[in-house]
Amino acid sequence: MSTVKKTSGAGKKPAKAASKVKSAAPAVTETQATAQGEGVRRRDFIHIATVSFAGVGAAAVAMPLVSQMSASADVLAQASVEFDIAAIEPGQAIKTSWRKQPVFIRNLTPAEIEAANKVDVGSLRDPQTLADRTKPGKENWLITLGVCTHLGCVPLGAASGEVKGEYGGYFCPCHGSHYDTAARIRKGPAPLNLNVPEYAFLSDTVVKIG
Amino acid sequence: MSFPWAQEYKPQGTVAKWVDERLPLPRLVYNAVGAGYPVPRNLNYFWNFGVLAGVALVIQIVTGIVLAMHYYASVDGAFNSVEHIMRDVNAGWFLRYAHMNGASFFFIVVYIHIFRGLFYGSYKAPREMIWLLGVTIFLLMMATAFMGYVLPWGQMSFWGAQVITGFFSAIPLVGEPLRQLLLGGFAPDQAALNRFFSLHYLMPFVIAGVIILHVWALHIPGSSNPTGVSVKGEQDTVPFHPYYTAKDGFGLGIFLIFFVAVTFFAPNMLGHPDNYIPANPLSTPAHIVPEWYFLPFYAILKAFTVDFGIPFTGIIIIPAKLMGVLAMFGSILLLFFLPWLDTSPVRSGHYRPLFRKFFWYGLIPSLVVLTYCGGKPPYTQWVVLSQIAAAYYFAHFLIILPIVSRIERPLALPNSITEAVTGKPLPAAA
Amino acid sequence: MVRLVAFLVGLFFSGMLLLGLGDTIVSAIKEPALPTVEAGFHEETLPVTFAHDGPLGKFDRGQLQRGLKVYSEVCSACHSLKLVAFRDFAALGYSEDQVKALAKGWKTEVPSINPETGEPATRPGIPADKIPSPFANETAARAANNNALPPDLSLITKAREGGPAYVYSLLLGYRDQAGYKNEEGKELLKEFPDAATPPGLHFNPWFANLNIAMAPPLAADDQVTYDDGTKATKQQMAKDVAAFLTWTAEPKMENRKSAGWAALGFLLIFTLLAFMSYRTIWADKKH
Repeated sequence: MSTVKKTSGAGKKPAKAASKVKSAAPAVTETQATAQGEGVRRRDFIHIATVSFAGVGAAAVAMPLVSQMSASADVLAQASVEFDIAAIEPGQAIKTSWRKQPVFIRNLTPAEIEAANKVDVGSLRDPQTLADRTKPGKENWLITLGVCTHLGCVPLGAASGEVKGEYGGYFCPCHGSHYDTAARIRKGPAPLNLNVPEYAFLSDTVVKIG
Repeated sequence: MSFPWAQEYKPQGTVAKWVDERLPLPRLVYNAVGAGYPVPRNLNYFWNFGVLAGVALVIQIVTGIVLAMHYYASVDGAFNSVEHIMRDVNAGWFLRYAHMNGASFFFIVVYIHIFRGLFYGSYKAPREMIWLLGVTIFLLMMATAFMGYVLPWGQMSFWGAQVITGFFSAIPLVGEPLRQLLLGGFAPDQAALNRFFSLHYLMPFVIAGVIILHVWALHIPGSSNPTGVSVKGEQDTVPFHPYYTAKDGFGLGIFLIFFVAVTFFAPNMLGHPDNYIPANPLSTPAHIVPEWYFLPFYAILKAFTVDFGIPFTGIIIIPAKLMGVLAMFGSILLLFFLPWLDTSPVRSGHYRPLFRKFFWYGLIPSLVVLTYCGGKPPYTQWVVLSQIAAAYYFAHFLIILPIVSRIERPLALPNSITEAVTGKPLPAAA
Repeated sequence: MVRLVAFLVGLFFSGMLLLGLGDTIVSAIKEPALPTVEAGFHEETLPVTFAHDGPLGKFDRGQLQRGLKVYSEVCSACHSLKLVAFRDFAALGYSEDQVKALAKGWKTEVPSINPETGEPATRPGIPADKIPSPFANETAARAANNNALPPDLSLITKAREGGPAYVYSLLLGYRDQAGYKNEEGKELLKEFPDAATPPGLHFNPWFANLNIAMAPPLAADDQVTYDDGTKATKQQMAKDVAAFLTWTAEPKMENRKSAGWAALGFLLIFTLLAFMSYRTIWADKKH
């Protein structure tokens, strides 16, 4: 059988295809071999170009398949919200929500401010002063995310009657992180202070978060 | 494998050898769609459509999985979640339009694949099992497509679900309870939507499983070819890779050009405007039609207008509605018997002068007419046309084909594939 | 056996169909279908072209802004636009502040609750809100509109045969029924004396059943004062709002078309390469 084949396709068969069909062309002269070699190179280029083009196409299609998972336009549109804080008395805090995450808005008492300012910043795990974490002239308004920087639980201490931890701020019950009155990490596994979101006072009583 | 001259997989390098001894998956692929599968050298472009159908299924599964990340199957939320995908999800409009039109292109490709099989006699011995599995895949596809069309919960979704489940109520005695079982209620509602979503997600994977069997069954006798003459020796075949991978790559490019043109420039061309109206159980659209790929079957359903009974007694044995439903399912199920209805030993329509006439001037026109009439309102002219076409459709498979294969005198077949290709008779066996 | 059963089944089905065929023809002759008023007098959409037509078409931002003005001053009294958010108006060429002002100044406020009492209340819109609907629910909408339900317009150009041309034709399609003739010169009330428009409905041959509950919304020229100085003829307003409603139904149309051209260009090159690759591989094989 293979004899038949060889005679039918000998001569112009390119070396590459010949090897694929498992029958080397019969003895070829040197010049033929060189000519074949160049043909093979040019042909290889076409195949490589085709396959690489297909690869680029597949990668381009993969982009929307992945990007569809990121936040959609309606989720991003809720990136900023406004709150009325007029009703929060000193010593009180409210828990509200921004981007589906809890936000603590706390009106600090003068005693709490003093306690926060007395701490030696250099001794802190995440050194920040209360002033770093509030707006000038509004040091009593401490606005932080209610998300423990350890593993994301919601710390206690915002609602009245909740445990405020050993430093009078917030206490995360999941793994025992204690935050002080400036919501700085003082004890426990959390690596960082409670995150302060971007916010601005639109007036004395309205704050815009995000 | 099928042919003794098939190339054997030779793992290159120690890792490949190690894998091959433990889980010879690369060997399986090599023998299935690689150089280890010898394929007739004379396949024409109609043989591209099997691979294209596989590509279409992959497109549907991939886009479907990501759409399911945003879709919610609730009667209050489904319509809005689809619009949420279209408006707010990143590239959501692309994914949704690709899935929507991907279904149509899947059917286009599969229909061409089926017609190729019908014309070239690919269903004949020894390939009956491939054909049976193929018809099974077709049925599963229809069920999947129907349930998918319900999911956006537009007017056509809702009324399509109502009408299609209504078929089952035509069955005597158990019909109405069966319909309620399917819907989980008296009309399509939350229960139906949820189960359709669940099954719509499941069935493509069932289809993928049956496709594996389909391809497995294909590799026992090997691919058929346009002459219908069996492979006689190594000179008749080429290895699948690189010969047909290259050809399929080119075919894929052409297919994608059509797919992209419709998806990006006329995405709603094959759809129906009413499905952009949220489902309203209190108001039926003026004119309900299924998706285009169901139209021939819908036309058959509507073509049965008289009851079957004993004349002059008023006794009805099979009412027209039930008969329409039976005929509609029958029109697909009869394909299962095709290998035993067409008994001609010649496979390819090229060498069957009479068969070819009935195929081109009977079957194809009747299906075109049925597709066209299926989308038309029930006016006399369309009913008449679809009754003629449907009568021909049944007669073609159940009456004409068995007779034709008995009386026909086929043309002389080439001695071998190579001879048909080169025009030269084979040299005397070496 | 298979063939015998198949023969009988085939005979039965084909026979029943041919019986049905006879029945259809006989009944068509005995009781011919009566002509319907819709068949004779429902009109095809008027010829109209838009900047966004065709595979290269882009929205005309100025036209969309004018269309929004027509929607907000005319249509929005009855028709909701539930799927569109104020933030989406940025795509019409409005700045962030303009969008905020549009949301805040919208004539319907957004349903809300009083944060202290929990009572239902309303508040001014913000960009993230969907456009508030003129009626609280379907019952309220029907009650205010003589039991007709004004459809939501977000998807109207995709939900009607003819799309924007249908909206355009419908808005300009109100006619006086008395003496109305179609192109063939047939007078409607002479052909179908029973088809007179019932009270409370309005004759419009571009509406599916010719009688629409909506009163002519564009009553006169200059009903809306355009900010860009365009003369607000009825045709202009109808065209602008039809373009605007195309955008509400298909806000990603421009992305779709440009992505389509990129994909097509890529595929043409790929297909050419694949073809060359295919021909090269098969060069030595006659087939």
